[in-house]
Amino acid sequence: MGLEEKIPSGFLLTTVEKLAGYMRKNSLWPATFGLACCAIEMMAVGSAAKYDVARFGSEVFRASPRQADLMIVAGRVSNKMAPVLRQIYDQMSAPKWVLAMGACASSGGMFNNYAIVQGVDHVVPVDIYLPGCPPRPEMLLDAIIKLQEQINNTKLGSNRAQIIKEVELAAMNAKPTHEMKGLLA
Amino acid sequence: MTTFDPYAPSRDTTEGKVFSVTGGDWDALVQDIGATKEERVVVNMGPQHPSTHGVLRLVLELEGETITEARCGVGYLHTGIEKNMEYRNWTQGTTFVTRMDYLGPLHNETAYCLAVEKLLGITDDVPERASVIRVMMMELNRISSHMVALGTGALELGAISPMFFAFRERETVLEIFEMITGLRMNMAYIRPGGVQQDLPEGALTKIRDGVKLMRKNFKENATLLIGNSIWMKRTQGIGYLDLAGCTTLGITGPVLRSTGMPWDLRKVQPYCGYENYNFDVVTADTCDVYGRFLIRMNELEQSLRIIEQCVNKLEKLEGAPVMVADKKIAWPAQLALGGDGLGNSLDHIRQIMGTSMESLIHHFKLVTEGFHVPAGQVYVAIESPRGELGASVVSDGGTRPYRVHFREPSFNNLQATAAMSEGGMVADIIGAVASIDPVMGGVDR
Amino acid sequence: MTDGMFGAKGTGDTSGYGGLVRKASTAGSSERPYGSYFDDVADDLERAYPEFSDAIERVVVDRGEITLHIKREKLVEVALILRDKLKFEMCMGVNGVHYPEQTGRELHAVYPLLSMTKNQRIRLEVSVADGDAHIPSLVEVWAGNNWHERETFDMFGIIFDGHPGLTRILMPDDWEGHPQRKDYALGGIAVEYKGATTPPPSERRSYK
Repeated sequence: MGLEEKIPSGFLLTTVEKLAGYMRKNSLWPATFGLACCAIEMMAVGSAAKYDVARFGSEVFRASPRQADLMIVAGRVSNKMAPVLRQIYDQMSAPKWVLAMGACASSGGMFNNYAIVQGVDHVVPVDIYLPGCPPRPEMLLDAIIKLQEQINNTKLGSNRAQIIKEVELAAMNAKPTHEMKGLLA
Repeated sequence: MTTFDPYAPSRDTTEGKVFSVTGGDWDALVQDIGATKEERVVVNMGPQHPSTHGVLRLVLELEGETITEARCGVGYLHTGIEKNMEYRNWTQGTTFVTRMDYLGPLHNETAYCLAVEKLLGITDDVPERASVIRVMMMELNRISSHMVALGTGALELGAISPMFFAFRERETVLEIFEMITGLRMNMAYIRPGGVQQDLPEGALTKIRDGVKLMRKNFKENATLLIGNSIWMKRTQGIGYLDLAGCTTLGITGPVLRSTGMPWDLRKVQPYCGYENYNFDVVTADTCDVYGRFLIRMNELEQSLRIIEQCVNKLEKLEGAPVMVADKKIAWPAQLALGGDGLGNSLDHIRQIMGTSMESLIHHFKLVTEGFHVPAGQVYVAIESPRGELGASVVSDGGTRPYRVHFREPSFNNLQATAAMSEGGMVADIIGAVASIDPVMGGVDR
Repeated sequence: MTDGMFGAKGTGDTSGYGGLVRKASTAGSSERPYGSYFDDVADDLERAYPEFSDAIERVVVDRGEITLHIKREKLVEVALILRDKLKFEMCMGVNGVHYPEQTGRELHAVYPLLSMTKNQRIRLEVSVADGDAHIPSLVEVWAGNNWHERETFDMFGIIFDGHPGLTRILMPDDWEGHPQRKDYALGGIAVEYKGATTPPPSERRSYK
């Protein structure tokens, strides 16, 4: 990125991290990627006065991915739509986050068949998953707030490189879910 | 072998040069297009677009600002719901069907359940209270669907405030849905044989209050756009489609009624007891976007009238059953709220475990296997907010549907985009598509 | 491994042993009088179309609905007569059904028709064999069938001769296979839980 990549780990870097995290989390502009039923609940979050998301910093839903920070994948992604999804994600400029809203975006939902991508993380890297069919507007707000906390605490520069190494090592050594024995007995 | 770079500003194909806007200099792009000496430009309003009402791809051939050809690309939301239903029970079909046209989930469910009941032959055995509840829920759904149609339609044409007002009304309806069914959207409330469970305490009062509030608010919302000169200039004379066009394209719903034809399945081929309610069929005779907008606004008032009549009837039918009496079909849904959520009521459990062996057997067979539906084929149509929603159901005598196909109104109505917009300007196709009000979940299923 | 009664072994879970039993469904032909307005429709059609018995294979009246099974060569003629003389102005689309047990007539195309002037509904059904799935297109008669025929082609592989642009509409353009046929698998992946996986619906014991 810039200056923060070159600062050595220490007090200065943590101050820059805190500042950058605070700025980024409080002006997270979502990109409109509403596909199906979850999109209607997302519209309610954006437009209904009861669940107004602008008070959390998402002032506008930007249609152009180049001006957006957060892509809320709301709805089922079909095989025909997957390349479009990837292209929109690529067109967003860093820093960018992805929120998989609903059961269909997180894991394919109730549609375990030929037409639906079983989880949008097959196509784009997801930062936070939100279950529900469709999730209530309050649940979406909760997810956005949790994501904001996550953004607030992101490490930059050399701290980030170290965290990435640790997470990768843990993932390589982790046991796959279906091999975790002793829980069904 | 040439490598395909999707982000290059232009590339040569067999159809000519294709330009992509990737953030470079706009002047350079325009100069490049000018250099190709082509008068006509093909523009792709892709699946992700703020104004195309969902994942609809519009391929427009433009000459200046005029559209010479418009084609729709659909299928970006194809979910394979119809095939998925062949692997589930008849009752589980409701949960799938509800997610097709996600703005009018109860209409999908009703069409499917009416078709299954016709195959079972129990159409007359469905209790009256269940039918009245179905009508009331469908009319509430019509209101919430029209609110989204009006709000997003106005948003796409540039009027941002009506969207907030529309979603405020929608919240009133969704709160009523949540109180009665437990969910705001995609409720799977209407089951073959009746409805899932009876209305809770206080539901009727809440509905009455909601109707009063909505009536007042609808008057307020109408003043935003009706008579607004910008709105009228953008919508009058736009998206013209007359009766001959509508019949050959098989278009029904507000688009057909805007030509003056009072064709509403609730009046001409009533179902669920619609013949017992007083309401008018709203038409317009201008065949344009403004006429359809007025029709939707007026249908809201008619829906409120029907809801009031339903509430009066429900008060008189207090305590009546809401599921068909035949225990071999009725889903054992004496549901009650317990410590761990919604589930079978303790009375029911006491009965099936302690008292009646038959109830236990019925419960077991129904939940694991499902009921058998005699073989045959039916087509049942209802009036959804977008037009005629038809369920074509084929059964082979088993516990799972053999083939279910839905004739969705949005699928047909969207074919009219070309007829409505060719010869007009790009800004008008947005209005035309908004007035058709397609729901892509229904188009692609 | 436990040993249960009647020689049952293992966990004793016998769910799904019934399997997915599909019976061939051939609705028999109905006898006159058909009842309600169906007789009028049949009479009007016979009067307007003298080769009625040639084209119509059988008439089925079931659950308050009439279905005319038509030979595919006569489909366009009958459709034109139904639209112009009998005033069935609207066609509600095309629906495909795949009956793999009815060898020689596996693929059916169903056309529900609606007459607004007379407030009547009938249904036309055309059957073709799997290897020779061609049906004349009805886009010239009712323009709204355009996308419906494309969808039936996409999902079942029925080719509509005379269609202005028969391409896939719901699946991606380069998809192989026709999804809603009975011999096409539902697809899907196994669902992972902690300690076990559940196979997708089409692989489960109760659906095989």
